Amino acid sequence: MNAIASQISVGLSIASILLLIALGLAIIYGTMGVINLAHGDFVMLGAYSVWFLQKQFGMNLITTLPFVFLIVGGVGWLAERLLIRHLYQRPLDTILATWGIGVILQQAIRLFAGAELRYVKMPQFLINPVHIFGYEDSAYRIFIFALAIALLVATYLLIYRTEFGLRMRAITQNRDVSRCFGINAGRIYALTFAYGAGLAGIAGALVSPLKSVAPDMGTSYVVDAFLVVVLGGVQSLLGTVASSYVIGQADGVLASLSDDTIAKAVVFLGVVVLIRLFPQGLFAMRVRRS
Amino acid sequence: MKINRRNFLKGTAAAGVAAATGFPHIWIKNASLAYAAGGEIKVGVLYSLTGTTAIIETSLNHATIMAIEEINAAGGINGMKVVPVVEDPASDPATFAEKARRLVVGEKCVSVFGSYTSASRKAVLPVFEKYHNLYWYPTLYEGRECSTNVIYTGAVPNQQQKDFIPWLIKNFGKKFYLIGSNYIYPKEENNVCKILLKRLGGEVVGEEYVPLGHSEFSAVINKFKETQPNVIFSTVVGDSVVALHRQYKAAGLNPKKMPMASLTTSEDEVAAMGGEFGAGHFTSAPYFMSYDSPENHRFVEAFKKRWGKDKTTNFVSEPAYFQVHLFRQAVAKLGKGDITPPQIRKAAWGQEYKAPEGLVKIDPKNSHTYLWPKIGEWQASGQAKIIEESKEWVEPLPYWAYPGQVCTPTGMVEKKS
Repeated sequence: MNAIASQISVGLSIASILLLIALGLAIIYGTMGVINLAHGDFVMLGAYSVWFLQKQFGMNLITTLPFVFLIVGGVGWLAERLLIRHLYQRPLDTILATWGIGVILQQAIRLFAGAELRYVKMPQFLINPVHIFGYEDSAYRIFIFALAIALLVATYLLIYRTEFGLRMRAITQNRDVSRCFGINAGRIYALTFAYGAGLAGIAGALVSPLKSVAPDMGTSYVVDAFLVVVLGGVQSLLGTVASSYVIGQADGVLASLSDDTIAKAVVFLGVVVLIRLFPQGLFAMRVRRS
Repeated sequence: MKINRRNFLKGTAAAGVAAATGFPHIWIKNASLAYAAGGEIKVGVLYSLTGTTAIIETSLNHATIMAIEEINAAGGINGMKVVPVVEDPASDPATFAEKARRLVVGEKCVSVFGSYTSASRKAVLPVFEKYHNLYWYPTLYEGRECSTNVIYTGAVPNQQQKDFIPWLIKNFGKKFYLIGSNYIYPKEENNVCKILLKRLGGEVVGEEYVPLGHSEFSAVINKFKETQPNVIFSTVVGDSVVALHRQYKAAGLNPKKMPMASLTTSEDEVAAMGGEFGAGHFTSAPYFMSYDSPENHRFVEAFKKRWGKDKTTNFVSEPAYFQVHLFRQAVAKLGKGDITPPQIRKAAWGQEYKAPEGLVKIDPKNSHTYLWPKIGEWQASGQAKIIEESKEWVEPLPYWAYPGQVCTPTGMVEKKS
């Protein structure tokens, strides 16, 4: 029983980090159709923002979160205004452009923060493990789990319960008709992109004390994020959640049965097969796109 | 060069000798003179300054440059200045080979100091073998190599593990969990570890390799909890080390009962993970920044003065530093016309130097180096407390795990048993 419980908690922990990383991408890729290869580097930028804020102002990880959201969101907003908005009619070119943004961000960090691994402090009260249901688990991982859920709920409310979300969904369905109804598509796109980038930044901030902070850390995260979003189905928050959970548990179970190297390969293979069978992802939403 | 009377006389004398001894001799003499032309000795410095391993390799570049500056400040080698030619191979083995060729053929360097990863070393070997040049490799590595064109100054598995494993068994117990990154170095180290464990009656309760750059260790940590090893023997490298240590502590594991014993965790990784996450774990290496010797105090002080107060020295940058001084001693033994890579190699054999870690010596049998293994326990300060030191220098045995194979001056020899 204990073994099963610990197995599930491993899977949940992996899943919550995946969800955190993928949420921002789901917004950008899902609503805007931009294949954002700079997503991993927004995650990296979030981690470095925390490092910088901690080093310069001695801030606690939790109090840095709003600032990180604004910093990385701001960078995302700039990227959209300066570059990506010119490429909405050329989706393939956005791949190259966003990859370029990623490279620029990485090198900028190398220049200004140096290439060495950086240290981000974990909040003191979350370092030691806690006992729940007679099982010892990392307090910080539970904290990440809770925040992932909180951000998910916030995003859900933003999309489905606000005026902004309504406009966003309208544009997703048909950009031209929405514009006829007086929706400023450019502004909505810019804010959406900024929001997605900001979420990536928060994800980076949250994983940094558990993992490591280096200029090239984004590469593996962007792969994970795409894996989740593609499997879950574009434009579906529920799909993102479900696929994070499926991939997380599969990863955890396979890693326990064999090792992480095998688990990674098998999960990839599984996703490839699933995409072959369900090209739209597990939770495709039927919408007409212009 | 200014033409003055003395140089003019020397020049005419040389021309006279050349004329007397005939054509082939001139040819050979000219070729070797080109290596130390104009009172300068050119050496290559081949460490990545960009790319994935740039972090650590930059410190190797720094240590090398610092040693060269020291040599020149002290008057050079027999009056000749050492001129470093720095190339950036960008953490890419193919670029390593290309830059090595440029250093050896284009720049006519008499030796090249370089490489951190085994992959990059393997990539440049054909260049050095083809042009009979000499490569100085400072990193601890998996052994099982015996090139006649390399001087190896880093530790091989027997040097890091011979004292470490028995010490771990004595202090913590016989159950070992082996965890490493998925490439050749951890696998060879674990081979040696398993042989030692078998001899000492130890037991391997798990052996596992994670992808390079892996950062999600929750499944691995779960297995630690299930198998309850006495020691976690880690050859995980790079930023994975940081992630593993942080998640270990966050999961509530206790280094007093189940310490991680590593061959790859250095001051740099501990600084990145935060001292409190490294505290209580162990590393075996010939060098620690905190080692108490006059040579080391001088080395650390000079390094910080030259490259910045916050810089750390580690078990790779120290050999990168002392191997340049071994090079100096070898070249100093040679006449000006004899400064060629093969002659330097011969002259380097048996050279001893008082390095920061202790007196080291290049083994004439296999061109590897006698070193002083130590066991350090990491402290919350980010430095290691040295709790065991080898009583004598330890002989390098690159084929320790492969009975019947021996490294000799002419390459690896298979002994029929």
